[in-house]
Amino acid sequence: MEVGQMQRQWIDYTRSLFIEGFLDAQFLQLEQLQDDNNPDFVVEVVSLFFQDSHKLLNDLTVALDQKSVDFKMVDAHVHQLKGSSSSIGAQRVKNCCIAFRNLCEEQNIDGCLKCLHQVKQECCLVKNKLETLFRLEQQIMAAGGSIPLMELSF
Amino acid sequence: MGMSAAAQFHVLAVDDSLIDRMLIERLLKTSSFHVTTVDSAIKALQYLGMVEDKLKGYETPEIHQNAEVNVNLIITDYCMPEMTGHDLLRKIKESNSLKDIPVVIMSSENVPSRINRCLEDGAEEFFLKPVQQSDVNKLKPHLLKSRSKEEEETQPINNNKRKQESSAPFNKNSYKIKI
Repeated sequence: MEVGQMQRQWIDYTRSLFIEGFLDAQFLQLEQLQDDNNPDFVVEVVSLFFQDSHKLLNDLTVALDQKSVDFKMVDAHVHQLKGSSSSIGAQRVKNCCIAFRNLCEEQNIDGCLKCLHQVKQECCLVKNKLETLFRLEQQIMAAGGSIPLMELSF
Repeated sequence: MGMSAAAQFHVLAVDDSLIDRMLIERLLKTSSFHVTTVDSAIKALQYLGMVEDKLKGYETPEIHQNAEVNVNLIITDYCMPEMTGHDLLRKIKESNSLKDIPVVIMSSENVPSRINRCLEDGAEEFFLKPVQQSDVNKLKPHLLKSRSKEEEETQPINNNKRKQESSAPFNKNSYKIKI
């Protein structure tokens, strides 16, 4: 596949991630902060997010498995996940966390467990999507091309 | 009187989230600030030269003041374990040596009473997370104002006009709460 085709594929894929709500404008901010002096900034921050979220999701699983659930602690973990997902533009994960916090406030264990399941799914989905995106980017650069500049216009 | 040739502004960024520290550091560096990041309010106070006095909490004994630390602005997260950004703000404003350093608070939560309390207690700005480049662009005026105030204070005493001027209070009403 030649560079132009790959770049068009990248544009279409990125656009779909925004339209489907996986990413929001904050992700574009991350890309704008990347430059020649910090060429891996986005990948670094995103990788950090998935490391962080992996641990938080494990902690949440354990916390919700207790005989007597400490909702304050559960809420603290979800708050952290909400913050970091918001910081990287992972919109669907963030929205899940917002719902999760409401259920914590209600001390609704079943609701929380369902939400936890959903958050795990959303993290998995966005991780796969971003890995695909980064792979496309690597292919473009390996072929000597550059990543197109993306702007939200819808 | 040119300002741009002056030394870089040094910002101390405080946040317990590694991701948010990375973000704020990049945002600040993009604006040509020199940046130091710490992951807690306590570490921030230590960096600023404050030493713990077990009896009275944190204060700055004259002998321990770290004269080499030159921080021009502090930007801190609100929600942090052990000591919040608001507590940090209060400690800074209570310190004779640190109270003139502008402090900016960031938070992921839009709680008007929290925002107002921080602004009333001396924060120059309150940014909602995720912090944007447009937020960081608001910092330079505060830094330039502090710097020119510092320069005024080192002017010779025969400049009476300066002594009679009082600095205008910061217009906190210009803050807009995002919905």
